[in-house]
Amino acid sequence: MRQVAILGIGQTVIDEHWDKSLRDLTVEAALAALQDAGRETAGGVFVGNMMSGIINDQNNLGPLVADWTGLRGGDAVKIDAACGSGAAALRSGLMAVASGELDSALVIGVEKMTDRPMREVTAALATAADADYEVEMGVSFVGLNALIMRRYMYEYGWQHEDFAPFAINAHANALHNPYARLHQKITVEDFEKSVMVATPINLLDASPIGDGAAALYLVPADSLRGGTRILVAASAAATDTIGGHDRPDMLFLTAAYKSCREAYRQAGVGPEDIDVFELHDAFTIMSALSLEACGFAERGRGVRLGLDGEIGPTGRIPITTRGGLKARGHPVGATGVYQVVEVVQQLRGECGPTQVPDARVGMAQNIGGSGATIITHILKRE
Amino acid sequence: MEIPRHWRLKQQRYGLVGEVCPHCQVKVFPPRDVCPNCGGEARTPYTFSGRGEVYSYTTIYEAPAGFEDKAPYTVALVKLEEGPLVTAQLTDLGDKPVEIGMPVEMVTRRLRQDGDDRSILIYGYKFRPVMN
Repeated sequence: MRQVAILGIGQTVIDEHWDKSLRDLTVEAALAALQDAGRETAGGVFVGNMMSGIINDQNNLGPLVADWTGLRGGDAVKIDAACGSGAAALRSGLMAVASGELDSALVIGVEKMTDRPMREVTAALATAADADYEVEMGVSFVGLNALIMRRYMYEYGWQHEDFAPFAINAHANALHNPYARLHQKITVEDFEKSVMVATPINLLDASPIGDGAAALYLVPADSLRGGTRILVAASAAATDTIGGHDRPDMLFLTAAYKSCREAYRQAGVGPEDIDVFELHDAFTIMSALSLEACGFAERGRGVRLGLDGEIGPTGRIPITTRGGLKARGHPVGATGVYQVVEVVQQLRGECGPTQVPDARVGMAQNIGGSGATIITHILKRE
Repeated sequence: MEIPRHWRLKQQRYGLVGEVCPHCQVKVFPPRDVCPNCGGEARTPYTFSGRGEVYSYTTIYEAPAGFEDKAPYTVALVKLEEGPLVTAQLTDLGDKPVEIGMPVEMVTRRLRQDGDDRSILIYGYKFRPVMN
């Protein structure tokens, strides 16, 4: 297998883009990545997306995106892994380039969510879970995470406000990300007073939906000579049961553990070597569980990292440095690509006030469902 | 409307029928033919008692399409006395506060209506506090 480098990145602002369609957003991100890479063609197009069929009445995004970005004619497919679609698309593009099947690939994550009323988006998001045995019982996707959070608080004795640092850090970092959905500083008081969605998860525990697209341009590393290269040092995917209730241990993200252990092995690093970690903070509870599964905290102690101030850009393990899902926003199928774009920005040193000093090794972890698909990528600057 | 889908699940929705694995004796709900515990073939039906306790719960304020008129309502993970966890709504709560560990039992209730007012009514299991 060949070593693969990320040559170009592109992203749109995440927002309620009333004036832009799914294809407009895709083209904007794709052209930005092509321009950043200094290329005009790509060997293949890999589109990460969750709900275009439900929300936008549009499937077959592969040729749609290839056609509208001027890359008509080659290999182009859509990859679905619910909220993990972005990383799944990257992994597919990566395998194509690493194997030698393609000499370049454009990976795009896109989600256009706000064309429908929230009740329909809420129902569409729930399709990440088990349709017959979870969704039909009336549980929303937020509700599934709320069930996990309630039990976690019960088992380990945490209070709701102990989770506030995850949201506060994300919002503080997003102030400096021009592509972020929310530019609003929040306090513990805001966090505690926020409107309830599904107890104990309130609005400030949860990431906002939004419209957005992000893109990456992949090439074989040995095709680049001289200068700084951003290498994909590891890519590992793992799965767990689709239904949360089918897991022997709901409070541990087994698929995160498996995928990050494999990623650490591939990259030859451990948690202590990770300079920046863009984790999947769809809800504050998921930040705690990801930190625990990836070896940054003991079980039940992930919350402590936030309370001890270890998660900021100069902390022991900087997370959500560009705002995370919480404040950058969570255009579901695009999120995994945004995370990797942001890790690239950190390794390039482009993050201004939230730059992690001399970041050389960065990790991104994207989750589909309540832990069913978990994909970890590690990037290195050299 | 998805009439066959709901019809297919009638044994599970009305009877809480799962399976018992003949190899490792683990009881499985919902039935899935390949035992999640030992990987062996599991095709022996097993009817659960419907008794269990609340493992976790959430009250849903922002409901998905099809459930909005019922919000707020409470969904729980119920640990059945035979082992498996089931996701289901709690009902008949009255003024009783929900707590982890609370004993509950299965009842059959209307889950929702699939589509407009001329479409099918979907019934299934919910759990209520055990009557003393």
